[in-house]
Amino acid sequence: METVGAIETGSYGTAKLNYLNNGSTLKSWLLTKDHKRIAIMYLISVSVFFLMGGLYAATIRLELLTPASDLLETGTYNKVFTQHGILMVFFFLIPSIPAVLGNFLIPIMIGAKDLALPRINLLSLYIYWIGGAITLWALMQGGVDTGWTFYTPYSTTFSNTYVLAVGVGIFINGFSSILTGVNFLVTIHTMRAPGMTWFRLPLFVWSHYAVSLIFVLGTPVVAITLLLVAIERVAHVGIFDPALGGDPILFQHMFWFYSHPAVYIMVLPGMGIVSELIANFARKRVFGYEFVAFSSIGIAVFGFLVWGHHMFVSGQSMYASLVFSFLTMVVAIPSAIKMFNWTATLYQGSISYDTPMLYGLAFMGLFLIGGFTGLYLGALGLDVHLTDTYFVIGHFHYVMVGGQVIAYLGGLHYWWPKITGKMYSEFWGRVAAMLIFVGFNLTFFPQLILGYLGMPRRYAAYPPEMQVLNIFSSAGASVLGVGLTMPLFYFIHSLIKGKPAPANPWLLPGLEWRTSSPPPTENFDTPPVVTWEVYDFGDESGLDLEAAKREAAAVNA
Amino acid sequence: MQLFPEQASTFAWQVDALYGYLILVSLVFSVPIIVAIFYFSIKYREREKFAVPREIHGSMVLETLWSVIPFFVSMSVFITGAIVYFNQYTPPDDAMEIYVVGKQWMWKFQHQTGQREINDLHVPLGRNVKLVMTTEDVIHSLYVPAFRTKADAVPGRYTYVWFNATKPGKYHLFCTEYCGLNHSGMIGTVYVMEPGDFDNWLSGNAGGETPVQVGKDLFENKLGCASCHAGGPQQRGAKLEGLFNTEVHLVGGGKAIADEDYIRNSILNPASQVVEGYQPIMPTFKGQVTEEQLNGLVAYIKSLSPNAAAAPAAKKPDEKAPAEKKPEEKAPAANKAAK
Repeated sequence: METVGAIETGSYGTAKLNYLNNGSTLKSWLLTKDHKRIAIMYLISVSVFFLMGGLYAATIRLELLTPASDLLETGTYNKVFTQHGILMVFFFLIPSIPAVLGNFLIPIMIGAKDLALPRINLLSLYIYWIGGAITLWALMQGGVDTGWTFYTPYSTTFSNTYVLAVGVGIFINGFSSILTGVNFLVTIHTMRAPGMTWFRLPLFVWSHYAVSLIFVLGTPVVAITLLLVAIERVAHVGIFDPALGGDPILFQHMFWFYSHPAVYIMVLPGMGIVSELIANFARKRVFGYEFVAFSSIGIAVFGFLVWGHHMFVSGQSMYASLVFSFLTMVVAIPSAIKMFNWTATLYQGSISYDTPMLYGLAFMGLFLIGGFTGLYLGALGLDVHLTDTYFVIGHFHYVMVGGQVIAYLGGLHYWWPKITGKMYSEFWGRVAAMLIFVGFNLTFFPQLILGYLGMPRRYAAYPPEMQVLNIFSSAGASVLGVGLTMPLFYFIHSLIKGKPAPANPWLLPGLEWRTSSPPPTENFDTPPVVTWEVYDFGDESGLDLEAAKREAAAVNA
Repeated sequence: MQLFPEQASTFAWQVDALYGYLILVSLVFSVPIIVAIFYFSIKYREREKFAVPREIHGSMVLETLWSVIPFFVSMSVFITGAIVYFNQYTPPDDAMEIYVVGKQWMWKFQHQTGQREINDLHVPLGRNVKLVMTTEDVIHSLYVPAFRTKADAVPGRYTYVWFNATKPGKYHLFCTEYCGLNHSGMIGTVYVMEPGDFDNWLSGNAGGETPVQVGKDLFENKLGCASCHAGGPQQRGAKLEGLFNTEVHLVGGGKAIADEDYIRNSILNPASQVVEGYQPIMPTFKGQVTEEQLNGLVAYIKSLSPNAAAAPAAKKPDEKAPAEKKPEEKAPAANKAAK
């Protein structure tokens, strides 16, 4: 093994041939097999969907400033919240971390040249584009108003909107997830560098292993469910509509069998990122590494057994509800284990507060609320009161935005120097992180209170006594909106005017920091051999700490 | 600024107590974690660039503790949640029944005495009220925050909500399952009235035909059910007197409880549940009866079994109410009997 130097001053990105400047034609991008280029194209695509979903969210909060349905007609409002949900869930939250950061980093983190199936990887991107294009086409034709949950028989028999087209878009998009999952599983099993044992894998890789299992096992079920909806809509075969002899509750079982695990698809990779952030910015091995790793697998497995907790008031058997409530309580334990271990990781660390770490700490605070409110909804008697109210909206935004989006942003800031070879403005990064944290809480905490008061979700109009809390929420949303827009500007600015990033700006031991920024097309100049333990910040990691300290001192002087 | 809805049903306090318990649990776990994060963040902030802190791998004792303790706490939440749930979803036998039909975008109510209401629901204070719900089109959900209960109304079957109102007043009634264009307009008001006022309201609102009368008329005249089901051994159709809530043996060896859903299904899909000893010759009435007429037929057939509610042998297992709640629930019923 070649000893990896401290800060590789000689290898500043752009001077060398790297994956970004290795070919500049459109064809060299569109037909690339390089996981890093594919990740960049995913990054741009999910950002477009995030922006659109965000505009819908802004419209929702604007409408809810006043109790009456005055800005939008109710029909339009119904389409706006439906499309917010569909774009965010299927085209941003599910693919963003795996397809962007996972795609870029998993091969590098395990010391491989690429994913095991590079052409399949490119195919999954095209499938995502096709699914997305069909969905966007349907939205432009007039949109869809079923809610992102597509409950029957409303979606199959009653809605006069583009249910079929959107269903086809999501159906196709699902195959992108399945292929990405298969690719990750094969890669993690077969492509690890010599010495990269399972227990030397960064926790980011472990969490993606768990997510890939859900992709492969869960996504086909939602695909089939949407197919059945389409068959009933087109051919009037009675599957879900009781007027045709079907069962509407069956749809809910099938839908949530995928869509509950899908929540873990969204949050598990985020947990993987947070493990990286906490460990690396505290310069400590993750406390209880094996427990954190296996808790991801535990969440993936138990996550498949709790779907019925979405249906406590739907008319399912009370005994089924009992079992689902019990299992929901059990699935809370692995999340609690992660939380405790992250906190313990900080103990006796050497903690620095760069922008990515601010997101890591914000995640811990917000996920506490997101996780605990999940317990409220898992408690049967309380769920009867809270389900389908703003409490649910508040809860899953604490998990989706406070968990997934915050972690994604933390990961994007953390690996931005590696991905682009440029440093962003640390000052603006910290300002944006603070604004997002404050704006987020101001937006969603009032919704938890509104939910207990009884405000139903998906209402364009609401009783006047609920206005004050809604104004708080909308005010928070505008702060959150500003915070979320800022990275767009300073990231783009960094591409044009940013300082070149060193190979290892924070002197961290992960394999991704032992290659140049941005990495060469084949990821490493010489294939790495791993001789150090994971999260080893000491001398045995092969990092030249003394040189780095001298260099840091020289910069400060 | 209002933070809590009013408490206006017998189990509302239980839901609030559960909420309070969960807030307590969240604080007991979150506050130490947050304090620890802040304390560690300050105490162990970076003092020297690229320092190498002491490596700690983990602790089996701690891992066990913070797996086992949350497990037991979550089990306590599970058990208390389940108790409240069974209270919310176990209607007492003596409950006054009101039929509810949801449709895009209104709630239709019919009292046993025949009064019909749309979006308004008048109920008496201190009496057990059971809503027997279905819908004409899509799934709706009936939710009264002040009562802390809700349940979906599902097309093709009956679902139930019950409550015993404890405070006179006007309360919100919402549809909480998204049902299309005017979902947020599918709202109404529950009026909880003193029993005397309620009786006055009932008698001041002559209601026309009661559900039982509607059903009887359909049964005997309009649909001609009586030509086969009038009773007697030579009849082609099963005898319906005393049927409700009893166990019936089906062709093919199955058994079923003849509850509301069974009767409804036997009218709409007669071939799916044929009783032993009879031929599958009954035609379907699907498309010929409205939801309200079905409610009438069910009410009429129930009225043929006056003792059904008192027959414990035929009770479904999930109608066992937790014992400790019984006296409180029975009290208003006793008052009623005393009148």
